Amino acid sequence: MPFREGPLGDLKVPLTWTAAVALVVAAVIAVAFLLADRRETLQEQAYGVTRQTMDTVAKPVSGAIAAPGRWTGLGVDYVRSYFFTASENRRLKAEMAEMRQWRDRALALQDQNDRFRSLLGLRTDPPIPMTAARVVSDSRGPFANTRLADAGSERGVEVGNPVLNERGLVGRVVGVAKGASRVLLLTDIASRTPVMIDRTNARAILTGDGGPNPKLDYLRGVDPIQQGDRVVTSGDGGVVPRGLPVGAAVKGLDGRWRVVLFADQSSIDYVRILLFKDFAQLADQKQLETHSLPPVTTEDPQASILSNPTPPPQAPPPAATTTAPKPVATAPTPSVKPAPAQTASAKPAAAKPATPTEPPR
Amino acid sequence: MSGARPLNPTVWLGVPMVACIGATVLLSAPLRVWGLQLPEPVFAMVPAFAWALIRPSILAPFAILLLGLFLDVFWGGPTGLWGLSLLLGYAVVLLFRNMMTGQSQPILWGWFAAITALSMAAGYLFTMLDSLAMPSLLAVFWQFLATTVLFPFAYHLIDRFEDADVRFR
Repeated sequence: MPFREGPLGDLKVPLTWTAAVALVVAAVIAVAFLLADRRETLQEQAYGVTRQTMDTVAKPVSGAIAAPGRWTGLGVDYVRSYFFTASENRRLKAEMAEMRQWRDRALALQDQNDRFRSLLGLRTDPPIPMTAARVVSDSRGPFANTRLADAGSERGVEVGNPVLNERGLVGRVVGVAKGASRVLLLTDIASRTPVMIDRTNARAILTGDGGPNPKLDYLRGVDPIQQGDRVVTSGDGGVVPRGLPVGAAVKGLDGRWRVVLFADQSSIDYVRILLFKDFAQLADQKQLETHSLPPVTTEDPQASILSNPTPPPQAPPPAATTTAPKPVATAPTPSVKPAPAQTASAKPAAAKPATPTEPPR
Repeated sequence: MSGARPLNPTVWLGVPMVACIGATVLLSAPLRVWGLQLPEPVFAMVPAFAWALIRPSILAPFAILLLGLFLDVFWGGPTGLWGLSLLLGYAVVLLFRNMMTGQSQPILWGWFAAITALSMAAGYLFTMLDSLAMPSLLAVFWQFLATTVLFPFAYHLIDRFEDADVRFR
């Protein structure tokens, strides 16, 4: 039976009210999405399947859309280089002459640095592998600053990997799909990066706010910063390696110290993703867990002031004295056999060969 | 009842939705012209304003929600942020649509700017609550400006469909 012929056929609900109800339902769904969002945690689990699917789909589409622009840019560069060859040649020659001086100085400093390192026995950081990627889309709004790069899990990219272009740090990976990865820029409002001022080693947190120049928060020290100071990553917390160039310090219109990003000075279409892991992650966790600890010795309950406060305890026989003053001397010698009168808790410690291995650094 | 001609949802909801998505993807290209990045207007503001003015609808709020969710996922922002902000703008237009219908183009442009400002203020507030940080007001202003100039598209949409169903005039 059709609905109109039924008992509710004459029931008329005003469309305005049903539209209002639909609006409220849609708003409730939006609020639920917003409350359930965990984007700011920047964890791998927070980057859901929906976002991964969207990135996988958006990569070829955005790549195709961006291609004509890229080709146009290349064409303009070609024409420009054709017309300005002479002036560019002069500029490059001057730059070359300056660079030769810097090269000689860098070689001397490297030699000196190597000698100091060998003298001090410093262990250098391991080289970091990297992969190149092309940016296919770019969001620049005040509430989200991200880029989509065309390299994903198939190239070993992981959440947290730092991203650079040829000038400096761009951001870090917050989501990985097959063939694409989402890069959170330093300017995004959820971005926090530990940095330091190169000149003074003063630490700060680079905080994005959606604008082009992120802020320097929690700047410490007396007079730690000046206009134009170079800002690099500090490596604190193991999020990014130490010493990556970030930008130059400037005083903002609001009176706060901000950073003009080096990465903004060059083209934004190609980036390098450092397949960086914190050095604590690189250490062999099994080896860290299996090294033998110094023996544990227990206090003699007879000597405790809590168990027997009034009469002074009699001295135990010498065979049973592996307690308080002795263990330090006896512990490192593996040939010491446990005495028969030892307490149960002291047994394994004395029986175990105490050969503490140095934990890997 | 010749005036009670129902609108085809595919035409007045589907086509603008697809157009918004296409325009958003197009302007997300990583291009720089003379060192400047392309603007990033919120194209979804156009249907959010126009749909409420054309007629009250059950499908329109869900279409706006879908557009908002697309923006959040595509731009990499918090999920639900733009959905909620756009729905707030839509709700206000729906509330005041009796005042807005029949107004001249400049007046409607003013209303569009006001609703855009309201939606972006809501986005600002939600972002503050979500990230516990204040977004740059200058960046918000640039996006507001880039969105406000999209009013001719909204006016075209209103002009095309407003008189289609005289019950809602």
